Amino acid sequence: MGWIQRLLAIDRRIIFLLVFLGVAIPLLVPVNLPVTPTPRVRAAYEAIDALPAGSTVLLSMDYEPDIMAELLPMSVAVIRHCFRKHVHVIAMTLYPAGTGLGERALTTAAQAEGAVRNRDYAWLGYKSGFQVVMIGIGENLRGMYPVDFYGTPLDSIPVTRHVNRYSDLQMTINLSGSSAADYWIQFAQGRFHSPLVLGCTAVMATDYYPYLSSGQVLGLIGGMKGAAEYERLVGIFGDARRGMDAQSLVHVIVVALVLIGNGALFASKRWGQGPGPR
Amino acid sequence: MRRGPLLVTFLSGAAIVALFFIPHHRAQEVNSKLLEWTLVVYAFALILGSISLWESHARKVRARADGWGYSIVTLTALAVITALGVWKGVAEDSPVGTIYNTVNAPLASTMFSLLAFVIASAAFRAFRARSVEATLLLVTAIVMMIGRVSIGELISHRLPGVTEWLLDVPNLAAKRAIAIGVGLGAVSTALKIILGIEQSYLGRS
Repeated sequence: MGWIQRLLAIDRRIIFLLVFLGVAIPLLVPVNLPVTPTPRVRAAYEAIDALPAGSTVLLSMDYEPDIMAELLPMSVAVIRHCFRKHVHVIAMTLYPAGTGLGERALTTAAQAEGAVRNRDYAWLGYKSGFQVVMIGIGENLRGMYPVDFYGTPLDSIPVTRHVNRYSDLQMTINLSGSSAADYWIQFAQGRFHSPLVLGCTAVMATDYYPYLSSGQVLGLIGGMKGAAEYERLVGIFGDARRGMDAQSLVHVIVVALVLIGNGALFASKRWGQGPGPR
Repeated sequence: MRRGPLLVTFLSGAAIVALFFIPHHRAQEVNSKLLEWTLVVYAFALILGSISLWESHARKVRARADGWGYSIVTLTALAVITALGVWKGVAEDSPVGTIYNTVNAPLASTMFSLLAFVIASAAFRAFRARSVEATLLLVTAIVMMIGRVSIGELISHRLPGVTEWLLDVPNLAAKRAIAIGVGLGAVSTALKIILGIEQSYLGRS
C-alpha cells in the first residue's frame, strides 16, 4: 500500500483525536480571536439597545440542553444587555427540559448585573403548546400563566403586574433551537404586531433571513458566532467568545482534512493507485 | 361513527380559520375559550405520552426483550424524577434541578457534541470533488467554514464579506422560494384535512 492509500485509509480515531485537541486546547488556553459583529447581530443589539429604561420585554428561551452550547451564552448576553439598559425581562420556555437552562441563564445574568428577581425580571417557566401559548399571550397572559415558576401570582410580581398581552410589552425576543421561531413570527409578530428579535442555532439561521429582509424580524443572532458577536457588542467575554476559538480551530481542521482527502484522491488517480476507500 | 371525527375536524378547522378573521369581541371570546380547551388537550397528551412510555418499557421488561435493562433505567428515572418533582419542586436548588444540571444537561450536550467528531470523519471520507456540482459545493463549503469563523478575518478581511454575499444573495433567493412552496403546501394540506380529503390522521390511507 502506497502512502496515498494509507492517507486515504487513515484511522478515524486519528481524526477524532485531532478534533478533540482542536476543541480542548483553545478552551484551556484562550486565544481570543477577533470577532466582528455582522449587520444582523448589530441590528438585534441596536433594537434592544433602543428600548427606553423601564420597558418590558418577553423572552422565550425555547431550547433544551443539546444545543445549550450555542444558545445559553446567547441568552446570558441578551439578558445582561437588558439588565444594563434597565429593561425588565419576563422570561418563559416552551420546552419542558428548558426550565433549568432558562433559570440558569437568568440567575447568571442577574448575578453579573446585580438584578433582582421580580423587581427586574420574572421567570414564568414552561407551558406546553407552542401556538396556543403564543396566541394566548396575545389575548390574556394570565390565562396561560396565572402564576410564575415559583407559584407567585403574576399580580403580586412588580414586573408582571401591569402586563397582560403583547401590546403591554415593548418587544418579544425568541431564542430558539426549533420551529418555535416560525410560530413566534406568525403569531407574536404577524398577528399581534409585537416587535421581534430572534436568536437561533447556526444551522437554522439562514431559514430566517427572509423575515429579516422583510422587516418582520428586527435582528437575528445566529449560533455561537452570533452569540460571540453579541457578547462583543455588550462588552463581555463570555462562553461564546471562548467557544469561538475552539470552533475556529475545528473548522480549520475539517477544511484541512477535506483538502488532504481530495489531494490524495487526485494524486491516486494521477499516479494510478486507484481512488482509495470512500 | 365514521363521519363523527371528520365532522369534528371540519367544524373545528373552519371555526378557527373564521375566528382568525373576525375581530368582534364575541368571536375573540370564543377563540380564547377554544385556546383554553387546546391547552387542556395538550396536558392530556402529556399524561397519555407518559403512560404510553411506561407501558411500552414495562412490556419490554416483562418480556425480557432486547435492551430490557435500559428500560429499567428509563422507568426508574421516570418514577424517581416525577416523585421528586412532586415532593420537592423543580426549582434550580431542588433535587430535580440538581439532577437536571449535573446529569441531564451534560449528557444531552455530550450526545450532540459527538456530531463534531462524526462530521469531521465523514467530511474527510465523503466530501470529494468527483463532479462539477460536487466541486462547487466543496468550494462553497470551504469558503463558508473558514469565512464564518474568527480565523477567516485573520486570513483575509474580504472573506467574511464573501460569505455574507453567499448568504444574502444565492442562499436568500433559494430560501424564499422554499418558504413560499412550504407555505402553499401547508395551506393545501390544511384544507385537505379540514375538508376530509386527507384522512391519514385517522389511521386511514
